[in-house]
Amino acid sequence: MAVPQPAARPSRVEVTASLASAAPLARGEWLDRHARWLFIAPAVVMILIFSIFPLVASLLIAFSRVRLRAGTYSMTFVGFGNFEKQLVGSEQVHFLGQLTAFSPPAWVVVIAVAALLLWWLVGYARTQLTVIGLLGRLVTAAMLMALTLMLAATLLSGGQIGTLGVTLFYVFVGCAVQFLIGLGLALLCSQITRGRAFFRVVFFLPLMITPIGIGYIFRMMADTGKGPFATLWQWAGLGGFSWSADPWAARLIIVVADSWQWIPFIFVVLLAALESVPRDLVEAGEVDGASSWQIFREITWPEIAPVAATVMLIRVIEAFKLVDLPNIMTAGGPGTATESLTLHAFFAWRSLDLGQAAAVSYLLLFVTVVLCVSFFNLVVLRRRAAMAR
Amino acid sequence: MSIAPRPAVHRRWLEPARIGAMSPLGGIVAYGLLGLWAAFVLFPLYWVVVTSLKLPVDVNTGPYFLPWVDFVPNLHAWRGLLVDDAGPTFRAYLNSIIIAFSSTVLCVLIGSMAAYALARIEYRPRLVSILIFVLALVGACVAVGVAGIDWRVATAVALALFVLLARALGRRFPGAVHNGDILFWIISQRILPPVVTIIPIYMMFQSVRLLDTHLALILAYTVVNLPIVVWLMYDFFTKIPIDLEESAQLDGASRFLIFFDIVLPLARPGLAATTLLVLILAWNEYVLALFLSTSRAQTMPILVAAMNAGEKGILWWTMSVVIIIMILPVILMALILQRFIARGVLLGAVKG
Repeated sequence: MAVPQPAARPSRVEVTASLASAAPLARGEWLDRHARWLFIAPAVVMILIFSIFPLVASLLIAFSRVRLRAGTYSMTFVGFGNFEKQLVGSEQVHFLGQLTAFSPPAWVVVIAVAALLLWWLVGYARTQLTVIGLLGRLVTAAMLMALTLMLAATLLSGGQIGTLGVTLFYVFVGCAVQFLIGLGLALLCSQITRGRAFFRVVFFLPLMITPIGIGYIFRMMADTGKGPFATLWQWAGLGGFSWSADPWAARLIIVVADSWQWIPFIFVVLLAALESVPRDLVEAGEVDGASSWQIFREITWPEIAPVAATVMLIRVIEAFKLVDLPNIMTAGGPGTATESLTLHAFFAWRSLDLGQAAAVSYLLLFVTVVLCVSFFNLVVLRRRAAMAR
Repeated sequence: MSIAPRPAVHRRWLEPARIGAMSPLGGIVAYGLLGLWAAFVLFPLYWVVVTSLKLPVDVNTGPYFLPWVDFVPNLHAWRGLLVDDAGPTFRAYLNSIIIAFSSTVLCVLIGSMAAYALARIEYRPRLVSILIFVLALVGACVAVGVAGIDWRVATAVALALFVLLARALGRRFPGAVHNGDILFWIISQRILPPVVTIIPIYMMFQSVRLLDTHLALILAYTVVNLPIVVWLMYDFFTKIPIDLEESAQLDGASRFLIFFDIVLPLARPGLAATTLLVLILAWNEYVLALFLSTSRAQTMPILVAAMNAGEKGILWWTMSVVIIIMILPVILMALILQRFIARGVLLGAVKG
């Protein structure tokens, strides 16, 4: 690799020398000679300045107390202080939720999840063991166990969930609903012959709409007094019910609004995948008398699974960032019942507590990265490998 | 009694007439469910349009559905926002247009150049250089943040150290990363929740007095959407046959000429779809604008969100007008370009 370098040196000197004499021609030559770096440099430099540097700086902020003064700021190193406050200190109820003693169902769930994870790890260790593979799986299992413990101590034991639990609710419940409905609609749409273009256009519309706008639209839709379904609500005896005062109703409405926007994305991609499934395979199955469920399970699903896994990865990544809908629809309320982690960090920032804001966002980053990388390695890559085989 | 044996009624409904078709009952169910979903998608949009034509009294006294039947449509909300109170709306609209379009152009240009380079040129940056760079960066951040050294001095020292050490150690440790790793690194930036990076970005813009300017938002939006452009365009460039470029190279064309005159025109469908996607994301962006703009550079989403805080509660009729004028340009462009998006791009990229 280092061999051609001495030969290349003199030519560069020549170019810089000629740059001074014959400007226009030489500049073109210079550009061409350095094209390999000029092409990629803008993107890399932008990411370094606006993404990597802030990432490092943010970590530094998360470990310090920041005081803003007129035009300047001072930082004091406080170690894990900010994280301690979120995880075990005064902010624990806000971040993790109200931790209570485990109830019997919580014990059942915790033991079941622990047994499942152990079984999975032992199964992996018996078949193909590599150091990195095992370490990665241990991290995944530890994260899943920690999240289970958190949910068991709050939700399953009758306590309130904190912003972490709310974010997980948006991500897992929201994405599951969106995937099922999106897949169902795509399957239906791939079956029909007439009007497919119409449904494709109509179903695509919500993706174009500002999330802010969607927040307001669904506030109107869900209004039990003046909304379009007011008569329906009154008939059901819920005329005076205000969903924004009930934690679960508020979370549910936010998930409905989020799904309204994102189901189209999953639908469009899965429909395209379904359309590229070889027609003759499906027809051969039909001739052999396979039921539609068998055709789906044996032929269609393996073909679209890699696409489905990737599209869900994208969706999960974006779902972790959810902030506009809760901010518009409930401003995080009632209390902090609908506050996502991003919103939590924003509120901390707005009260000028930069250290807490950075700590919360780093905890969000940590959870997101562990879960998304696990999903990528354990589901997406495996589906692609299965496809390639 | 019957002469020819006819299939039983339930079989006629439940079984397809021929292979590859649906049974009649299945057809009814499929169209029924799809129609139901279409209604679920379209009704909220219809409601917004109808609400924008209502007088306050029509909104407050209960749900009215049909203009001219239930209530008399009135353009007062439209007039109020676009004529009487045009100043703030118009300015935010203009801000949104400037910021969204500039950042889209910049992002697509930078992103597709990087994607093309990664698809065609081999890069092998040394692992040890990257390590030194990260260490220098951390050192500079600590020096500025904790020790209070001027950021220009810290940056210069860190860069000088990086160049020196990378030169010295580069020969000794030949381990390198490849194009695939660089691509993955760029795409993985999308996992970053914006809220993690926004606080330092805020302080950075504050120290160079760029807060609440168009430039700050344009740069921030460009970086956030860069991974998407690189990801989608990389896929397109790898599908373009390389022969054309090779023959152009033999004729003495430079990389820039090849890229702008041959490759980009060939990738036009992908370029169109990517542009539209990035434009929608930039147009609708909320979090970054919330942090980085206060008044002068305020974009439409921020203006809309601020309408929440009125004393009289939400003026639903005005809100509906704002939502409509925000949606219209995007829908117009999407209808023109939807063919590209629906088919090629997303699927190709997602297949990996």
